[in-house]
Amino acid sequence: MLRDNTSKVVFIGGILIIAFGFFAPNWIVNQLMFGFSRALAILGLLVLWRTGLVSFGHAFYFGLGAYTVAILDIQLGVTDVFLRLFGGACLAGVAGFFVGFIMRNYRDIFFAMLNTAISMVLYGIIVKTESLGSTDGFAISLPTIFGVAPETKYPLFVVITVIAMVSALLVNFYLKTTVGRLTTPIRDNEIRVEYLGFSVAHAIHLKYTMSAILAGGAGALMAMSLGQVDPDSMINWTVSGELVFITILSGPGNVIAPFIGSLVFEVLRTYAFELAPHLWQLIVGGTFLTIIFFLPGGIWSLIVKFGRNKS
Amino acid sequence: METFLTILLDGLQFSSYLFIVSAGLTIIFGVMKILNVCHGSFYAWGAYTSAFFIGKFSEMGMPDGWGFLVILASAIVVGLVLGFLIEQVILKHMYHRDEVLIVLATFGLFLVLEDVILIAFGTDPYFAYQPMALLDSVEMGGIVRDVYGLTLIGVAAMVAIGCWFLLNKTKWGTILKAVIFDREMGIAMGINVPLVYTLTFIGGAILGGLGGAYIAPTISVAPGLGTEVIVLSFAVVVVGGMGSIMGAAIGSLIIGLLRALAVHELPQVELFVVFAVMAVVLVFRPEGLFAPAKPRKI
Repeated sequence: MLRDNTSKVVFIGGILIIAFGFFAPNWIVNQLMFGFSRALAILGLLVLWRTGLVSFGHAFYFGLGAYTVAILDIQLGVTDVFLRLFGGACLAGVAGFFVGFIMRNYRDIFFAMLNTAISMVLYGIIVKTESLGSTDGFAISLPTIFGVAPETKYPLFVVITVIAMVSALLVNFYLKTTVGRLTTPIRDNEIRVEYLGFSVAHAIHLKYTMSAILAGGAGALMAMSLGQVDPDSMINWTVSGELVFITILSGPGNVIAPFIGSLVFEVLRTYAFELAPHLWQLIVGGTFLTIIFFLPGGIWSLIVKFGRNKS
Repeated sequence: METFLTILLDGLQFSSYLFIVSAGLTIIFGVMKILNVCHGSFYAWGAYTSAFFIGKFSEMGMPDGWGFLVILASAIVVGLVLGFLIEQVILKHMYHRDEVLIVLATFGLFLVLEDVILIAFGTDPYFAYQPMALLDSVEMGGIVRDVYGLTLIGVAAMVAIGCWFLLNKTKWGTILKAVIFDREMGIAMGINVPLVYTLTFIGGAILGGLGGAYIAPTISVAPGLGTEVIVLSFAVVVVGGMGSIMGAAIGSLIIGLLRALAVHELPQVELFVVFAVMAVVLVFRPEGLFAPAKPRKI
């Protein structure tokens, strides 16, 4: 599993970042936590994007994961970070599995729209339900790790980085298996894939469920590192748009790309809010258009180009 | 009985404004195959422009009746300027790209335009009540309604009839239908398709702007206006069938009446019901309730 270059970079990079986080100031650790949490969802969207599918509704799974953490915390008093993560990812995964039966027959705009519809159904329910926090959401307590309540956020950061690392390695491994390789072929020619003896529906279903699990896990980690959940920053359709934006920004080239893309997004957001609070969407939208027009391969294609020039 | 009438009128008013906005969205989709997310911005721009100028004109002491001219003018100006610019600068260069990528580009545009609104009009809400105050209210069947809201239904009907007339009774309609049916064949027949695209986009944008401009006097025009309306009009066009005016009319009636019913009888499900209907329609009839089923193209 650790034989190819990508895995090596992920593994070594992960360890270096954990070490770096120990010395880094708090705000950098926070940025890294948010970035890596969100990057999990992007990993899933990357697999779908390679298959030619863009979901404009993965905030559904993201929010499902986040709200599971909130409910586990408030209703059941679960504080363990792994239990919470497991709960969020599992619930999103199960939902994704069942929705996947329908979703695997949809392509293009219909795929995007049905996802939007489903995520907005959840949004509609949560916004109007008092017991689910309505528009205010919930505050979430800092998680415990192996029964120990940490004093700083650093241990949570280590957990998130390790989870992110393992997920990247797993997705990288998956993309190298036969089913995993069925991404671009499906995008290019479904019929031919069927002639080769593979079921396109099954392949898409698997990828969709995977992306749901990853988005759920991302939502759970995000809820824990932010310390709160609310519908407008977790489930509204603009959140789905944000996730798609980071996917395009990162580029589909490599499993490392989502992490770089998410970090760039976090930095962009922090600085935009500091320098010009009213220009945040303009900057995001403008970057989005620029990427679509001039850099279809995302940030990753820049890195590849840079690497090639050097060698 | 009174509740029923209230629900009916509320529903019809809501449907009317949804229809005006979605008609633009569906025309653009039908002709250009673009799911235009930044349609929400046309709506918001229409609302802001008309609210701003109605307020200004009223300050200058112009008669309030001018408000209606302002509404119409804002819709046309917003549609012409934004529609033309966006089509010429951005979309024109994307027609050969993937459909989904064009959706994403319009989403990027939506974000940009949202902030340009904030820069242009600031974050404070605008109130342009003058045209509404001018028309007063009327009592019918035991309930009091303001006349302005009722005229909205008339405007929507006019838009519907206008679209129907344009599509079915004029040479322009024939050209549009030819382009919808087969773009390449249209080009071969000598239709100037790029021009048709530009005009269609401008037309759709004007309708989006009109929806916003006309609703502006009844609401407080504040940031985030376009975010809600765009998903609602997605729901409308999906329920009725994407690309059909008739579908948009039926879709907006269904969504509008259902929502009014929910608001009065069970407010908790107000949003839920709209998107549940959208999801159910997509699951069972992805091409829309009243559009003929098409065999899937490979």
